[in-house]
Amino acid sequence: MSGLPPSPLLALRGIGKSFLGVRVLDGVDLQVRPGEVHAVVGENGAGKSTLMKVVSGVHQPDEGTVEFAGAPRTFRTPREAQQAGIGTVHQELTLLPERTVAENVWLGREPLRRGLVDRRAMLSHTARLLASIGEGSLPPGTRVGRLGVAQQQVVEIVKALALDARLLVMDEPTAALADHEVDQLYALVRRLQEHGIGVLYVSHRLKEVFDLSSRITVLKDGRAVATLDTADTGADQLVRHMVGRELSSYYPDLARPQELGPVRLTVRCAGNRKLRGIDLRLRAGEVLGVGGLQGSGRSALARALFGAAPFSTGHVSVDGAPVRLRSPRAAMRAGIAYVSEDRKGEGIVAEQSVLDNALLAARAVRAVHPGRGGRGARTARVRELLAAVDLRAAGEDQEIRYLSGGNQQKAVLARWLALAPRILLFDEPTRGIDVGAKSAIHDLVRRLARDGAAVLMVSSELPELLGMSDRVIVMRDGRIAGELAAGATEEDVIALAVGTVGEAAG
Amino acid sequence: MSAAPSLPARRTPPGVFVALVLTLAIGWLVVTLDGGRLFSLPTTVSLLHVAAGLGLVAVGQTLVIVGGSLDLSVAYVVSLSTLVAAETMAGDDGALLPAICLALAASATIGLVNGLLVTTARINPFIATVGVGLLLKGYLDNGYDGPAGKTAPSLVQGLGYQRVGPVPLSFLLLLAVAAAAWFVLTRTRFGHHLIAVGGDPEVARLSGVRGTRVLVTAHVLCALCAGLAGVYLASRLGAGAPRVGTEGLYDLESIAAVVLGGTALAGGRGGVVGTVGGVLLLASIDAVFNQLEVDVFFSR
Repeated sequence: MSGLPPSPLLALRGIGKSFLGVRVLDGVDLQVRPGEVHAVVGENGAGKSTLMKVVSGVHQPDEGTVEFAGAPRTFRTPREAQQAGIGTVHQELTLLPERTVAENVWLGREPLRRGLVDRRAMLSHTARLLASIGEGSLPPGTRVGRLGVAQQQVVEIVKALALDARLLVMDEPTAALADHEVDQLYALVRRLQEHGIGVLYVSHRLKEVFDLSSRITVLKDGRAVATLDTADTGADQLVRHMVGRELSSYYPDLARPQELGPVRLTVRCAGNRKLRGIDLRLRAGEVLGVGGLQGSGRSALARALFGAAPFSTGHVSVDGAPVRLRSPRAAMRAGIAYVSEDRKGEGIVAEQSVLDNALLAARAVRAVHPGRGGRGARTARVRELLAAVDLRAAGEDQEIRYLSGGNQQKAVLARWLALAPRILLFDEPTRGIDVGAKSAIHDLVRRLARDGAAVLMVSSELPELLGMSDRVIVMRDGRIAGELAAGATEEDVIALAVGTVGEAAG
Repeated sequence: MSAAPSLPARRTPPGVFVALVLTLAIGWLVVTLDGGRLFSLPTTVSLLHVAAGLGLVAVGQTLVIVGGSLDLSVAYVVSLSTLVAAETMAGDDGALLPAICLALAASATIGLVNGLLVTTARINPFIATVGVGLLLKGYLDNGYDGPAGKTAPSLVQGLGYQRVGPVPLSFLLLLAVAAAAWFVLTRTRFGHHLIAVGGDPEVARLSGVRGTRVLVTAHVLCALCAGLAGVYLASRLGAGAPRVGTEGLYDLESIAAVVLGGTALAGGRGGVVGTVGGVLLLASIDAVFNQLEVDVFFSR
């Protein structure tokens, strides 16, 4: 694109930001011209969201300058950035479902007439804004809760535009959208572009990035490693910029062929709201890694197998016998255990003791008062398991919230081992866990597989995914995009995940 | 854009009005079979009086509940207000205005305390307002054994017993207060912001709404409404009554009326119109049971 005016709307120079001593952004330079869609890509944790939050005034940079419309600016709050003309469309929607479109758009700035809210003006302004971006068919008096996600996204954008925004920051705007809704969003972004509005567009999805942007900045480990003209860039080139680091950690040995047992879990043609056409077989003694981007369905797969968000179609069998995984309880009866990625929210009961946490599942499926001896035996068994997972705590009566993430995770693991599960589902088993405890968890996972369990492990950390798994399946858009044997590279996984190769492409 | 934007279609009236009509119809049938009359003048007047007292409290309660909070101290505020009003009047018409002002000011102060505890001190509204209520209970139990003070005769004759046809003046007062609250909720920035804070405080904050100020104001308005209910009850009883609020179950019944009226207990959705319906429903059930001489726990 040659017709672009040279003076940038937004110029970031040498932006650095640390949290608790961890350097999240390091000397990032980035410019957005008026009417340009500038995409920012990078792996999970590369610093994209932090960078967006610096631009929209949520975070303040430790070093570097933000220049907007030719003048250096410091935004201390989101409100200050908004007033300067930077609108942000957050990844999660920030709308009130019970209020109308117009009420949401003007919240906090309701137009007044003789001291009272001018509802007519509110509605007509909103209608005008909607019409200006080609969404005039959306009635401004509708309750937002009655709109689809794509239309809510439109409302969110209009809310940002109502501030006379000249720069729009969009953080993963398509995360919640269906395919045809994505097309609508494309059209909308292009119309904004025609109005001379600059767009800073964060996305995991390379297809969108290539469809929409004029330039792409690649973030890796907090640095802007490249800024590329989209027209001159290929997908392979981009992927190469995004990955590429040495595999430094140690992982336990993979399963030898003779260690693999019979097929434990079979899923055929299964699906639900987030998943389609899932076919997979999981063998005893095997660790099956599940890769993919956030929202690709990898967590949905684990949750479906555990009955937390069950499959609505398809067949599942465990050890050859058909089962219906309608609830976590049903899954537990079938011998399935699940360690959630959200340890604080779904894993631990923070205010209860280590022992109570570890006993939770055993208590849930067995009788609450198992008679004389039974309770003592059960507790003794869990104590053994706590020792077996090498849990370090001041005592088993200690409230679990005071433990480190790694020890919390070991308690959660002990909880499931108390049920002697045959199938274990791990979702991000080492998220937020320090390096030492990480390899302890890795060893445990492998030991469980060696003892005959079938393990499915979701991970967004590519080294972990590749280092731990005997096989890897990669999810994309709720489907299994492809399967990789041991020895695959990070590039292979990314390529499947973003859709530059694979059978589900297009 | 094809047509000029129209005002949003009125939402369907809350189901509480359907329930109200059904209750009255079934109640009338049962009472008639029982040999009584539900819609006689005395019964109707009494029903509307019950509705007026409860309604004033419930309209205030609507404001805090829509804002995502709750006020469980209203029953004690009602009692306190009857006492402040009646004792200040001491049977003197001349002291009428200052007495009402004093009762309302005392109520508003309690509302302010509630609001600050809930917002600035970040105490759960349930705990905060029960706590304030218990403080008031201590004061009332300690200071009073029974009725005290004497309501000004003109107030008794006016607000207490004056009627327009079958409709007591007090019920008209309720309608006026409800209309004012409806207007505030739908036509002022404060109202819009209050509903937003109740819907999602974080969304409201990101949109530039000052949540603390909004919620404190709602608590003051709620307490003012309870204070007004106290003034009304003083006019009915002729004196201040230290336990009228709790014996009338104004705390729980006001919340019941609000919820029956379709306001979400979590906040962010609802309004005053439904609350008035909820109040009439509760008052009707009360009247039916009175006619049948059934003694249930909430019939007075």
